[in-house]
Amino acid sequence: MHKEFLMGNEAIAMGALAAGVNLVCGYPGTPSTEVLETIAKRRPEGTYVEWSINEKTAMEVAAGAAYSGARVLVTMKQMGLNVASDPLMCVEYVGVKGGMVVLVADDPGPISSQTEQDTRTFARFAKVPCFDPSTAQEAYDMVQEAFELSEKYGTPVFVRPTTRVSHGYADIVVKDLEEYKVNTPEGFIKDTKKWVIFPRASFLNHQRIEKRNAELTAELSESPFNRIEPESRNAVGCGLGLVSGGISYTYAMEARKELGGVKLLKVGTPFPFPEELALEFLDGMDEVLCIEELDPVIERELIHLCGKYRLNVWIHGKLDEYMPNAGENTVDSVKKVVAPFLGKVLQEPPKPELPPLPVRPPVLCAGCPHRASFYAVKKAMAGKKTIYCGDIGCYTLGNAQPLDMVDTCLCMGAGLGIAQGVFHTEPDTSCFAFVGDSTFFASAVPSVINGVFNQADFTLVVLDNSTTAMTGHQPHPGTGRTMMGENVPPVSIESVLKGVGLTVVETVDPLDHEKAVETVKRVAEEKGVKAIIFRSPCIAISKPAGKCAVDADSCIGCRTCIDEIGCPALSFADGRAVIDEGQCTGCGLCSQLCPVGAIAGKEAR
Amino acid sequence: MNKNIILCGVGGQGTVLASRLISAAAMKEGIPVQSAETIGMAQRGGSVFSHIRLGENVHTPMIGLGQADLILGFELGETVRQLPYLKEGGRVITADKAVMPVTASLAGGYDPDAMHAYLQQNVADFTLVPAEKALAELGSPKVLNLLLLGYASGSLGLSEDSLLAAIRENVPQKFLELNLKAFQYAK
Repeated sequence: MHKEFLMGNEAIAMGALAAGVNLVCGYPGTPSTEVLETIAKRRPEGTYVEWSINEKTAMEVAAGAAYSGARVLVTMKQMGLNVASDPLMCVEYVGVKGGMVVLVADDPGPISSQTEQDTRTFARFAKVPCFDPSTAQEAYDMVQEAFELSEKYGTPVFVRPTTRVSHGYADIVVKDLEEYKVNTPEGFIKDTKKWVIFPRASFLNHQRIEKRNAELTAELSESPFNRIEPESRNAVGCGLGLVSGGISYTYAMEARKELGGVKLLKVGTPFPFPEELALEFLDGMDEVLCIEELDPVIERELIHLCGKYRLNVWIHGKLDEYMPNAGENTVDSVKKVVAPFLGKVLQEPPKPELPPLPVRPPVLCAGCPHRASFYAVKKAMAGKKTIYCGDIGCYTLGNAQPLDMVDTCLCMGAGLGIAQGVFHTEPDTSCFAFVGDSTFFASAVPSVINGVFNQADFTLVVLDNSTTAMTGHQPHPGTGRTMMGENVPPVSIESVLKGVGLTVVETVDPLDHEKAVETVKRVAEEKGVKAIIFRSPCIAISKPAGKCAVDADSCIGCRTCIDEIGCPALSFADGRAVIDEGQCTGCGLCSQLCPVGAIAGKEAR
Repeated sequence: MNKNIILCGVGGQGTVLASRLISAAAMKEGIPVQSAETIGMAQRGGSVFSHIRLGENVHTPMIGLGQADLILGFELGETVRQLPYLKEGGRVITADKAVMPVTASLAGGYDPDAMHAYLQQNVADFTLVPAEKALAELGSPKVLNLLLLGYASGSLGLSEDSLLAAIRENVPQKFLELNLKAFQYAK
């Protein structure tokens, strides 16, 4: 044992390694990404790791390995679980041989996601046991326990941190390499009755799963992750109690520290719910306040128990609007509800009256090639009836002013289908679908084929920056590097598109503005599904070309550069454009727009 | 000892490394430490913060309103944004730097001088770090984090030796000399 300062996601990875995980796969997505990256960095020889092309494939790779007796960890964010749900729902019925832990990071807020869906709710739906860590240390411990439970019952098991647990750091106790469990997979043993899913077997498996989960309520009541924090000496309000789990538990503990050590039930396994322990807690209670984020999962379980066992306890939470039903909890928002619940007056700190602050939404980085791509399409299509269907990635930020080039954004790869639907409804619209290179491989290819087959007419714009930028630069099939460190032949986007029947596929550097505009004009005129690949590397992983600089004497202060492209390195001071050299990468887009040639630097490229 | 520290700025300014260094130094002194970072979309030029909590009996890495002993600001407006977290009598150390958001470059509405004036008037324990000048002298805009860490080193409850050791262990060799120079600039 030794201590390490680890991020929650790193702790999860280290826990899996300590549990002797043999194979780890997943698809990047905030806030889950660092788990797999840590595995890649810290894995002992013999542990296999890959970024799969999407979560569905990852789940299937994981299932195959678990069928063969390997311990597997598959990682994703909550949106990714939707993509992976088809195989997961079935794997729960079929079962596994090696331990299979499905790490799904939820994102209350949401901070970096489209929805606030709750994997605890998904766990009940999929009948998959679920661990909900509160801290990095607990996440480390839970992952190891999740592998044991998975193998004991032959079921996949969720470990479901939220953003503040995944991205919180703490000094935690971890095992030394010699203490790691060693798991040697037995290999796949043929047994069609087990591994081939059929209706009759599914009926029997369904019965088995329901029985197991009912029995787990008692077993999990004994788990150290579910426990009752006893009343402390400064406790107030007899008959009052708190129930919490996940990061909210840590906020509840802070509130207790300040407001009095009221009895608290901590729920670390929201499904199956630790029923026996909860009954022990509810005994003698008058009112209970549930503190949780996203869905009222714990609250519904308690209300269910009160009905099932005819208990006269009043359960408060989201359903009676004690707690907000959307967004994150905070130390303060929890304190604010706990204080009146305990009949206490909260000493709130004075609220300073702040001067007006600038809004600071995230933006495309200075020098980002996506800016140039969006701007080229905007210029080329000016005055035409268009729709610009966006997608998930850094390039969603193309929606911001002044570019304003994202009319729709839904989920991974959806822009292509949406463009087709708009075309079939109003064929006189010039439809564009923008997709990044990683998203292209993850989920766009079937929609390209759909468009070709069903005679749609739209322009596919692949923004190829040769990486998965938003989540921190993961490799993908187009980059030709694997997480095992091998160099492999990259999959060519052009070849894929031509292979499925596109005849017009043009590749152009978006930073060559004139050529980019000319290409868009030409390709958009073609019929059917056609593609432009804007290829220029992400500036965060390539060497800057140089710096651009404004010649203050020639600048006429027309603001064209600022008002047209919205580069964060450009600002306006004393009637002249100014370039922040700390941010500028010398992409030269602004210098190509300047009507008087006052910005130097394009030559440096 | 218990200390609550907030680092704040704009995505890309290097708050994460600074936070990491403080935590690593605390570990060296055997002080329990928890922290929380902004990771994700906001890192693309949005408002970012790190919360760091040092000491015993701490349940969560998140700092509550009015609980921070120190706010270390990388950008004037972002420093002001975090003020509700400052403890009564808490300390603010901030760079004199302003990062103009694109929204403000397009439509105006951000006056960094007003931010400075507000901090001056409303925070008793306030230090303005001449970051623009210092970074020009140091010859790199990339070491703002180490520059500020140097100015804050006496306010963290950590020894300079453990901070220096943390820097040596966590900063890549080829940038080490420049980063150490930035850290020492405050003297």
